[in-house]
Amino acid sequence: MEQIFFYILAAVVVIATVLAITDRHTVHAIIFLATSFFGLAGIFYLLGAPLVAVFEVIIYAGAIMVLFLFVIMMLDMGQPGKAQSRDLREWWPALLLGMIILGAMATLFVTHLPETLGKWSYTDARHFSRVLFRKYGVAVEVVSMQLLFALVGALYLGRRK
Amino acid sequence: MIVPLFHVLILAGIIFVLGLACSIAWRSNLIMILIGIEIMLNAAMLAFVGGGAHWGLIDGQVFSLVIMALTSAEVSLALSLVVYLHRRSKTVDSDEFSEMKG
Repeated sequence: MEQIFFYILAAVVVIATVLAITDRHTVHAIIFLATSFFGLAGIFYLLGAPLVAVFEVIIYAGAIMVLFLFVIMMLDMGQPGKAQSRDLREWWPALLLGMIILGAMATLFVTHLPETLGKWSYTDARHFSRVLFRKYGVAVEVVSMQLLFALVGALYLGRRK
Repeated sequence: MIVPLFHVLILAGIIFVLGLACSIAWRSNLIMILIGIEIMLNAAMLAFVGGGAHWGLIDGQVFSLVIMALTSAEVSLALSLVVYLHRRSKTVDSDEFSEMKG
């Protein structure tokens, strides 16, 4: 049952991401990307990481996508760009590099050894936060410093003269 | 673990390639470059969580949380840079920002 859900969600994520990166309209791309992040949150939940799934919805689909939408609407870029005529010329290096990487992955997929499934484990918030704050307390401090620096930098860049 | 780790890694690789293609193909639009970076970081998070689920370790989820904080910091800084550049030259076309030569 969970396998079927995983593959359905994987298809949803891939299709939504493809639609997002091929859409000429930036606002539509953001909406497709939010769909893709919801699907990815479901995959995180199926992989036994409910906290990461919740944070994915709150931070990615909530905060970051809304920040993108806010900037797009503030800068009035909702109209499709003027790059109408040169799109095939823009796409061929991306297609070439993507085909190379996908071909390498397909080669791996054909030649890989069969593997056994591990035990399905579910992580609750108590265990997660114990590991996060005891074992990785330094990482939490570093990340908080980084967020502070980002805040100061954004305030400096966004000030009016 | 409900599916083999290899399938999770394949999915993460496909999402990473899509993000890379987005960044390369829309390289004249700053917003779409940032969206491609978001997609690539999501693929990295999926690989971390899949590895953690495969080996029964919780460290992968902790790393994905760190990646999420990194992404939010990066996006806030990059979007404020985009706003600054748009205020300076009224465009987000990255081909326009080439006046530093010479």
